[in-house]
Amino acid sequence: MPLNLQYALYGILGLLVLGTLIIGLKRQFKPGPGDHELWLRMRSWWVMAGLFILAIAVNRQLSIVFFALVSFLALKEYFSIIPTRRADRRVLFWAYLAIPLQYFWVSEAWFGMFIVFIPVYLFLFIPLKMVIVGETQGFLKAAGTLHWGLMTTVFSLSHAAFLLALPDAGNPAAGGAGLLLFLVFLTQFNDVMQFVWGKLIGRIKVIPKVSPGKTVGGFLCGVTTTTLVAWLAAPYLTPLIGWQPIVAGLIIGIGGFVGDVTISALKRDLGIKDSGSLIPGHGGILDRVDSLTYTAPLFFHFVYYLHY
Amino acid sequence: MSRWLQAIFFILLVRPFLALVLGVNLRHAERLPESGPAILAANHNSHLDTLLLMSLFPLSQLHRVRPVAAADYFLKNRFIAWFALNIMHILPLARRPKPGVAPLAHIEEVLAQGDILILFPEGSRGEPEKRSELKSGIAHLMGHAPAVPVVPIYFHGLGKALPKGDWLPIPFFVDGFVGEALTWQGTRTETMQALEARFAELEQQGGHGAWE
Repeated sequence: MPLNLQYALYGILGLLVLGTLIIGLKRQFKPGPGDHELWLRMRSWWVMAGLFILAIAVNRQLSIVFFALVSFLALKEYFSIIPTRRADRRVLFWAYLAIPLQYFWVSEAWFGMFIVFIPVYLFLFIPLKMVIVGETQGFLKAAGTLHWGLMTTVFSLSHAAFLLALPDAGNPAAGGAGLLLFLVFLTQFNDVMQFVWGKLIGRIKVIPKVSPGKTVGGFLCGVTTTTLVAWLAAPYLTPLIGWQPIVAGLIIGIGGFVGDVTISALKRDLGIKDSGSLIPGHGGILDRVDSLTYTAPLFFHFVYYLHY
Repeated sequence: MSRWLQAIFFILLVRPFLALVLGVNLRHAERLPESGPAILAANHNSHLDTLLLMSLFPLSQLHRVRPVAAADYFLKNRFIAWFALNIMHILPLARRPKPGVAPLAHIEEVLAQGDILILFPEGSRGEPEKRSELKSGIAHLMGHAPAVPVVPIYFHGLGKALPKGDWLPIPFFVDGFVGEALTWQGTRTETMQALEARFAELEQQGGHGAWE
């Protein structure tokens, strides 16, 4: 593993220890009603970070399998919370089948297929399957929701994995794994920072109709912190130079916020608070990867355009 | 011997399969009985119901969890019968008993020995994600063992994952609700009404609509 990557992993470990200490001290000296939830959330961070780091540390293939599994769980959660039609049971099977194929293109580094498979081929194939089934009642809504789910949970998220398929020569500092770590770490860090800044100084609500917890202060300070850390970490993990790390930080900070509130809007539409219960303290897996559904494709294309 | 086969089957196949394909969010798992005698009364939408209910118990208890299953369906062919009897450890129930035979005698005996029964009071799997009327066989069993707790359990989503008449399981997360235990209420009618009320309450907790 490149030396820079190792240092980054130690840094993440340090942050986890720091977070655990802060929450532990808060529970001890300034107990509040939300402490147990925070503690569960911290524990889940350890598990998620542990699994992610393990996957990157072992090899590229395992990391790709890891992301395929994340896509699968996210799509399964999505199909479980949205109203699906009985007639589409077999159609859902084909939608699930898109996951191994999409990640196969990733592992083969077949960019052309990776980039059109879901937006073109599945976009055309899924309605065809539905027509063969023949149920027209609710056809448009079903076709729309199925494709939205595939685009969000499979197509978007697979961009994170495709960073690993980029040639190492493009990023001498830390390779594809460095870019992936940069993206995933900053996206999650941005979530936490927007939450923490919101709690500390947040007053004015940004979009009370969609997500009442989001504040202007949390958003602006979160994006600023993320951009600062992006600027500091970029030379060690990415090929970004000059003004580029600043833009990358802004993309992740703002994109992460938008991803978060789109899933909030979806949940509000369905009348549920959490998308699931897979991750104690966080909710479901969609609650955790919501920001990544925006940051992964946006960050990928930014880096790809500039350096590959 | 078949106890080990059952344990291996559950560790290697059932549990990984259920974890990957389903994933269950079970509310009030602490209400599940730790030991028998007890009866689990669940809604029935899928073959996965039985596998899921059995996998909720630790391996050390597994051989004491006995699903009551229709003899005419599960014993009709030799292979299924072997599997049902030796791996699933079912207690076959004659749905149309011969006159003069007590159809529940062997089940009452197993219950008296302290096992945990799995019972589907709706009888058959019926329409997916739809509750059908409860059959009163369970009240008969409760009347003979008035102190035995009956734990009602309600699952949403299994009928979507593998409905009656289909062989291809589709992944879905499943919501499960364990209700408070109840015992024999003095008469068959009152017992059935109490059970019906528990099921209606559990069904509501999910807040899931019908599957159109």
